[in-house]
Amino acid sequence: MVQIDDLSRIIDEHPFAHGMDDTLRALIVGCAANERYDAGQYILREGGRADKFFLIRAGAVALEIASPSGAIMVETLSDGDLLGWSWLSDPPVWTFDARATQLTRVISFDANCLRRKMDADPALGYEVLRRFLPIMAHRIHAARIQMLDLYGPGPRR
Amino acid sequence: MKMDVQDSMVPVPFRIEKVRRELSDTFTMELKPEAGGAFRFQAGQFNMLYVFGVGEVPISISGDPGESGVLVHTTRAVGAVTRAMGQLEVGETIGVRGPFGKPWPVEQAFGSDLVIVAGGVGLAPLRPAIYQALANRDKFGKLVVLYGARTADDILFRKELERWRGRFDVEVKVTVDRATDRWAGNVGVVTNLVARGGFDPMHTTALVCGPEIMMRFAAQALVKRGVSPASVYVSMERNMKCGVGFCGHCQWGPHFVCRNGPVFTWEEASPLLAVREL
Ligand SMILES: Cc1cc2nc3c(=O)[nH]c(=O)nc-3n(C[C@H](O)[C@H](O)[C@H](O)COP(=O)(O)OP(=O)(O)OC[C@H]3O[C@@H](n4cnc5c(N)ncnc54)[C@H](O)[C@@H]3O)c2cc1C
Ligand code: FES
Repeated sequence: MVQIDDLSRIIDEHPFAHGMDDTLRALIVGCAANERYDAGQYILREGGRADKFFLIRAGAVALEIASPSGAIMVETLSDGDLLGWSWLSDPPVWTFDARATQLTRVISFDANCLRRKMDADPALGYEVLRRFLPIMAHRIHAARIQMLDLYGPGPRR
Repeated sequence: MKMDVQDSMVPVPFRIEKVRRELSDTFTMELKPEAGGAFRFQAGQFNMLYVFGVGEVPISISGDPGESGVLVHTTRAVGAVTRAMGQLEVGETIGVRGPFGKPWPVEQAFGSDLVIVAGGVGLAPLRPAIYQALANRDKFGKLVVLYGARTADDILFRKELERWRGRFDVEVKVTVDRATDRWAGNVGVVTNLVARGGFDPMHTTALVCGPEIMMRFAAQALVKRGVSPASVYVSMERNMKCGVGFCGHCQWGPHFVCRNGPVFTWEEASPLLAVREL
């Protein structure tokens, strides 16, 4: 059984928590749990209720979209990455599958628990969103570059 | 082989000793001067390669700077000259002018971490720098090679990347934009690999080569991680004719890419890249 102190320390080591003040960390630790996924195991499935998000401590996760010809891998995440922001949208529904491609250890956060705390304390809500937004912006930006097919045939890019 | 300025306009005949098909549209040629002798160059320099009767194009040298017996070029067939080059066979002759241009600052990077960021065929101009770094491995901190390709089938120099990755003193990470069934590695843009780090930004020299858009975002990601813009180097491509700073064909702002480049610091390049249509 992982103690709160241990969880707090583990969260602290993750880039998501860098510079986080003690009050905020104490609040979010109360919604956190340690989880592990074996290679091949799904962490979340498209269409499912987005009631969590995850900080990847170690391992590798493939984000996939199911298609008639099989799963299409659109991105991989690994140590230090954050997985899942659909819990912030309405309705909170996962838009991808996420599958561990090797043994993966994560800290998961109960979105209902966190949402309740964010509603009760808008300053906390703001702080959490402030940490999510740059990551979301970075991912959208990366997805756009990926779509450009930079290395494909055609005129010089 | 050393040329003076007048000689530098006259292509020297080289014999094609070997041709290797790397990818569906990319090939590597090994050349030797028909008149014999050695060919010395520095990592990052290029030659003007003349396909007789078709035309001349700048192509970076992709071989080992420590090996002067053979000249190696890796070319992607995209248009008239490079396609005609791809049709040439062992035993045929190609004209060579060079080596030209400013090299990668491999020796200046001694004492720091060296991060190589390549995209697509951009790994070819960086391979000589990797060879040089490996030959001087004890003079660097971390040696990190980050490579992005379109799909797993488009990974250039795959066997060498695998060999480098097998060493304990080089970190090699490869990512593809589009995963196929057989691919179990990273998926996503090469800038994601930069963001994940694995080097000390304060003491890092980074060499970046690939499509211009990729270089722009990779350099930005490096700077965002804390690498100084003066320690990030990119290799620019502009159309060239003379290759030696006479004709002005490759002018890029105040620079002639053939003579002042192709390797520029990000500090020099970024203000110019911000100017549209330059
Ligand atoms: C310093 C320098 C080093 C270079 N090193 C290499 C190298 O090591 N290997 C290599 O394969 N190429 C390299 N290039 C690019 C190479 O010179 C061009 O691909 C070549 O000049 C194209 O000539 P072409 O007659 O075959 O095609 P063109 O008829 O000139 O062009 C045909 C089509 O190809 C597109 N095109 C032109 N250049 C490129 C390019 N670089 N990438 C993608 N599409 C392009 C054009 O937009 C056009 O649509 C280098 C360029 C420079 C300036
Ligand atoms: S190609 Fe003539 S000046 Fe550069």
